[in-house]
Amino acid sequence: MDDWRSSITTVRVVTDTATPTGAQVPLVDYLVLGAHPHLEANRCMSCGARFFDRRNACASCFGTEFERVAIATEGTVRAFTIVTFAAPGVPVPFVSAVIDCDGTSVRGNLVNVEPDPSKVTLHMPVRLTTYSMGIDDNGTEAVAFGFEPT
Amino acid sequence: MADNVWILGITMTKFGKHADKDIVDLASAAAMGALADGGVTMREMGIMAAGNLMGPGGVGQQIQKQVGQTGIPVYNVSNACATGATALRTVIMAIKAGECDMGIAVGVEKLAGAGLLGGGGQAKRDGKVWEAKGRYGAVAPTDGRIGTDTMPGTFAQIGMEYGHKYGGADFELFARISEKNHAHSTLNPLAAYSKRFTLEEIMGDMMIAYPNTRPMCSANCDGAAAAVLVSETKLRTLSLEQQRRAVKVAASVLTTDPWEEACQILPNVNTLTRNAAKQAYEAAGVGPDDLDLVELHDCFATAELVHYDNLMLCPEGGAVDFFNSGAPWRDGTTPVNVSGGLQSKGHPISATGIANVWEVCHHLRGEAGDRQIEGAKVGLAHVIGLGSACGIHVLEKSAA
Repeated sequence: MDDWRSSITTVRVVTDTATPTGAQVPLVDYLVLGAHPHLEANRCMSCGARFFDRRNACASCFGTEFERVAIATEGTVRAFTIVTFAAPGVPVPFVSAVIDCDGTSVRGNLVNVEPDPSKVTLHMPVRLTTYSMGIDDNGTEAVAFGFEPT
Repeated sequence: MADNVWILGITMTKFGKHADKDIVDLASAAAMGALADGGVTMREMGIMAAGNLMGPGGVGQQIQKQVGQTGIPVYNVSNACATGATALRTVIMAIKAGECDMGIAVGVEKLAGAGLLGGGGQAKRDGKVWEAKGRYGAVAPTDGRIGTDTMPGTFAQIGMEYGHKYGGADFELFARISEKNHAHSTLNPLAAYSKRFTLEEIMGDMMIAYPNTRPMCSANCDGAAAAVLVSETKLRTLSLEQQRRAVKVAASVLTTDPWEEACQILPNVNTLTRNAAKQAYEAAGVGPDDLDLVELHDCFATAELVHYDNLMLCPEGGAVDFFNSGAPWRDGTTPVNVSGGLQSKGHPISATGIANVWEVCHHLRGEAGDRQIEGAKVGLAHVIGLGSACGIHVLEKSAA
């Protein structure tokens, strides 16, 4: 996930003075908000490979036709780490995990769980949840996702 | 049939802090050391490949200006942590292609004090409006919000995933792998750190990304390594002493990661390493049981475990048992990282893929002093760079 990082040049953040307008934007475009928040992938119409970012061609079969598909909102933890030392500006500790969502691997933070190795376990069942990242000067709220224990 | 390629001269600088030297100083010291070790000069070199990641670029030409400008082609290469191996392989390919009969590969990095690698961080608060950017349409940096971009965290998950699949891999097991490498480092005068740690010290040190504590992470440091390569035909015209000390490159392989489910969210360091190992064993005509020593890419303790399996040093799924048997200790059946590995020797990124080959050559030549693996005839050097690229070299002692 290195390619986009350098492209982020401006920063947006929460101010205390703006008035919420009710408008929301997702942290990333593969998070779909609304009554039933979920993740969506670009699925290759030839081979079924799923990608969270836009692709020029399929890395698996080189096909160029994709369709949007919803990803299961529940899954199990396949790998995790508890990050206690991170780049400046990143709040620690946090739990980073790989979650198997019915055959699609998803990367995300585990939330609503203590960041302690005795509390987080491999195979743990989790579900998608969302939380607010704050509102910007236009009153728009950014919403991020994480996974919480079921 | 292309000619065989041999290592004629090879060296590494001491890894550590070199505050008074820049990358060109370090690379030049390594290059001149390798030339002297091989008993040749820049005059005989037909190609140079130079690797460096963090510098300003074009390091090969800068090195030439210090060690000899003869007009030969330079290939400046960049392939993450596999950069050194890529430089080596570039020269090997040129010799195999018949473009020249001798060449030099150099890798150099200055990383002392570089701190955490891989984490983009979250930007400072000086903007006003959420705005989607990049291929994920992200309105804010995602490191720390959608998992971790840091190297310690990424490789922690890679080790934990192995534990998830096969069981038996816990914090203490990973810490004991680190204990082994730090113990090995006490015999290596060129290592950045050569202090033995107790298991309690390793587990009680600062946690970076569970289960990797600080001593379980590769050490950022400065260093360079270089190798002079020669075709077999040319080698046979050189002195008997040069032929005796030359080390045969029995296999030189570079792979990238083939697409697999999940590789978009957690790099798969396993398949490309296994693919490279298979190719290397086939090319060299040896198997894992024939290896007298292995230098593998232990950028984190969690990484070393999975590579026991990927390099087929154990049956599939058997890495924990392999470690628990004592096999990878220097007195075990397959000594792994007798140099101390990246956790103690250090990891000046672009130098690593040549320095690990130097370590193996050092033993095959019988010149490793206190840490000599007696009677070593065949060894393997492995590196992996995220993104990903895997380099494997199998080295054989000269029969001369």
